[in-house]
Amino acid sequence: MIFIGQLVEVLLGGLLAGVLYSLVAFGFVLIYKASRVFNFAQGAMVLLAGLALVRASNFLSSSGAPLWLATLLGLMFAGAIMVACAWLIERLVLRQLINQDGLTLFMATIGVTFIMEGASQLVFGSDVYPLRFYPTDSWFLFEGAFPGGVLVNKLDVWGGLIAGLLVALLAVFFSRTKAGRALRAVADDHAAAQSIGIPIGWIWFVVWSAAGLIALVAATVWGTKLGVQYSITFLALKALPVLIIGGFTSIPGAIIGGLIVGAGEKLAEVFLGPQIGGGIEYWFAYVVALFVLLVRPQGLFGERHIARI
Amino acid sequence: MLYRETGQFKSSYAEDIAIFPLYQDRVAIKLLLLAAFLLIPFLAKFQIWPLSTDYLLRAILIPFLVLSLAAIGVNVLVGYCGQVSLGSGAFMAIGAYCAYKFGTGIHLPAFWSEAGISIPPISPLLAILLGGAMSAVAGILFGIPSLRIKGLYLAVATLAAQFFFDWVFLRVKWFTNYTPSGSVNAPALSLFGYELSTSVDRYCLCLASVTLGAFCVKNLVRGNIGRQWMAIRDMDIAAELMGIRPYYAKLSAFAVSSFVIGISGALWGFAHLGSWEPLAFSIDRSLQLLFMVIIGGMGSIAGSFLGAGFILILPILLETVPSQFGLPVSTEVIAHLQSITFGGLICLLLIKEPRGFARLIALFRQKIRLWPFPH
Amino acid sequence: MRDATGRDKMNIANVKRPYRGREEEVFEPEPGDGARASDKVTAGQIFRLENIGLSFGGVQALRDVSFDIRKGEIRAIIGPNGAGKTSMLNVINGFYHPQRGIVEFKGKRRNSMGPYFAAKEGIARTFQNVALFKGMTTLDNIMTGRALKARQGLLSQAIFYGPARREEIMHREAVERIIEFLEIEHIRKATVEKLPYGLQKRVELGRALAMEPELLLLDEPMAGMNLEEKQDMCRFILTINRSFGTTIALIEHDIGVVLDLSDRIVVLDHGQKIADGSPQEVQRDEKVLEAYLGTVH
Repeated sequence: MIFIGQLVEVLLGGLLAGVLYSLVAFGFVLIYKASRVFNFAQGAMVLLAGLALVRASNFLSSSGAPLWLATLLGLMFAGAIMVACAWLIERLVLRQLINQDGLTLFMATIGVTFIMEGASQLVFGSDVYPLRFYPTDSWFLFEGAFPGGVLVNKLDVWGGLIAGLLVALLAVFFSRTKAGRALRAVADDHAAAQSIGIPIGWIWFVVWSAAGLIALVAATVWGTKLGVQYSITFLALKALPVLIIGGFTSIPGAIIGGLIVGAGEKLAEVFLGPQIGGGIEYWFAYVVALFVLLVRPQGLFGERHIARI
Repeated sequence: MLYRETGQFKSSYAEDIAIFPLYQDRVAIKLLLLAAFLLIPFLAKFQIWPLSTDYLLRAILIPFLVLSLAAIGVNVLVGYCGQVSLGSGAFMAIGAYCAYKFGTGIHLPAFWSEAGISIPPISPLLAILLGGAMSAVAGILFGIPSLRIKGLYLAVATLAAQFFFDWVFLRVKWFTNYTPSGSVNAPALSLFGYELSTSVDRYCLCLASVTLGAFCVKNLVRGNIGRQWMAIRDMDIAAELMGIRPYYAKLSAFAVSSFVIGISGALWGFAHLGSWEPLAFSIDRSLQLLFMVIIGGMGSIAGSFLGAGFILILPILLETVPSQFGLPVSTEVIAHLQSITFGGLICLLLIKEPRGFARLIALFRQKIRLWPFPH
Repeated sequence: MRDATGRDKMNIANVKRPYRGREEEVFEPEPGDGARASDKVTAGQIFRLENIGLSFGGVQALRDVSFDIRKGEIRAIIGPNGAGKTSMLNVINGFYHPQRGIVEFKGKRRNSMGPYFAAKEGIARTFQNVALFKGMTTLDNIMTGRALKARQGLLSQAIFYGPARREEIMHREAVERIIEFLEIEHIRKATVEKLPYGLQKRVELGRALAMEPELLLLDEPMAGMNLEEKQDMCRFILTINRSFGTTIALIEHDIGVVLDLSDRIVVLDHGQKIADGSPQEVQRDEKVLEAYLGTVH
């Protein structure tokens, strides 16, 4: 009985952690769906958003503002920063690289990552900044069924709810609205979309701003969990297996990929780890993603590309 | 007026396919090799400026050579064959650790006898070569997914290799000979009994390896296999329809690339660092190598040297220039400024000249063909 | 091109075979009516397709198509857009594997022949949208066509001076003969990306020729060309067929060219074969007129 209880606890913890990965993955999917660019800078965006938020709200509350006001203004400030960044990126980088191939754009986003990491830490500091956005204590569920109950972290649950809300919003946006359709056209062929009058620059600005705001949401969750610090950028790397498993263009796929990765990692760490020496979660997700790719090179939910010559 | 090709006629195909078809280029490369092989050791031996101390050799020239070799390896895979790889650090690590194991003796316990398989320590240079060979084997194994997976997905697969080997060299104590700290000391380098103890000796070793490596890779790249690699990069479906086997081309690219990167990793540990820990070959190293290739020029051997030189010099510039102007900056701020400069340069280069410094220099050479005449 | 009596107007008596490496007797057209495949070649079939059915992604591209290609002839495949002509060529090439039917090449069944083996057996092709290797020069592109003939291993190539260099020079000589034949010497060191479309098509033809194929598949080789370029291309195709003995299967929309060049024609429409025969027969066939050539209503 104890074993099952432990399994359930680890499983739940893993699933919820996986949902948090999905939050970061959403930003990737949004940008990829709209411009076929793989945005390596998503992790750096989370860092920037988190730093802006935490520093602004700390500054305001230490200047005497009540906590709720400081937090609200902090959010607005961080949101404005992300929108400004999106504008800069679109203007200075993306616009110059219209119609280049995916690899060039990917490497440009690596460049943007470095700029963002350096600039955000230069301006806002490079310490660890704790964030108290959500309650972080835990519930003990099912105390009747399992002795001691199953530990479920409230923060993780909040993360899950937010992720669910975002999925619903984004799914509706892409399938129902005119802007969503325009985004899909832009993703398919930049030059063609331009030639029929779709304002590519404006669209990319909107999309990157949206991804920036998603990064802000992810920053609130991850910042509460880990504290806002440089290592948050490695979340971007963690989201990659999520995207592989879920497909680069599928929002529900990002959730499912996140669940699989989160649960798989935790389970492997707890049950396989002791045999092979621990620290497995470092690479487990990647190896799983690798095997998924070998079977389905386009990921579980990705679109199959039929070669035509 | 000096740099032009008028009057230089090629009367055989052999002349046409030479590495340096222009007479001026041949003169330049001979001078460069002379300076590298003779002048620098001479200056170092007699401690004449700028080699009055060890610093230039130890901190700039040796790492420059080793990283150039690594960049050449990465260029083969990413630049010539078009397979995105973010796992080059892992292959450097494999080369370094395998060379270390071969150099300190291998003892594999076997289930059939107590003694198991025991190989005595091998001379360090041979160990370095074997390290490269092991890296090549690993490269072929991790290249097998590239037959099905392309582009960005392949980059993620190579990340799997990177993180996996990070973990292996950290946790599997056998590789570090069970040291408590996790870092290893390389055995002393010796060549047929002659100890390579001074910086000059190690510099000459690296120089010889890099020259040989660059020569061989350049030969591969201008020959049949190089064309196959570039064909796969440009349009792999058409390549297959012409009788180029994607398996052979991609796996040979992985093998050659990993071999070169493995040797450079072993040299990095043996000749440059002396002792190292797994962090020396982490994802940061992989990204650094990728940047060298992008900035220097993908698909260009000379570009690998340019990229390596640039990425090595930049931090030093960023450190010394502010202090020359009297502005004290902390190391943290320098690190952030470095990040910003790297990122900015990558974006700038990708926008203005995606083919990197090598292309800029080629354009410059075209301009000075006409110099001093405007057109 | 043929004149009114059916005699070949072009004098190709002085053309050397570019890649055999030695002088050979060139084919001289007989006076009188022009040679027809059925008269000139008795060697028989080189390629045979029977009841080919091909579908992918829910689309039925080919339905019960059967025809053959005789050794040494020029076989044209024509039809309206979407008829399945390129799919047919892809089946011959081994790029698509038909779900139904028999594919026979040189007498042996090869239904699941992959593209590599097709190339090895001597089938080369050009593409509708030029599939050259954009980052390489003309010379390098055509040299890649010699990949199958390369014998030297990696180590020998790394050392280069020695057998690898000799082989490289040998291939270069063969490729230079092709460049001379196609009259593209002036662009041999140019990056193909920068070349005009017509020249790119010629380079692609050179790359296919470098494989010394027995069967050459041409997918709309004259698309987008003006009259002069088309005449050049026709001259090349005829020389390749008559002098080098290469069998040619050709997709082309210019009906004048097709009727002049080809020995036999296959007409496809909506994935099915609607006519098969000599140019005269096909020209008069009612189904073809209705589907493709046009009738007076």
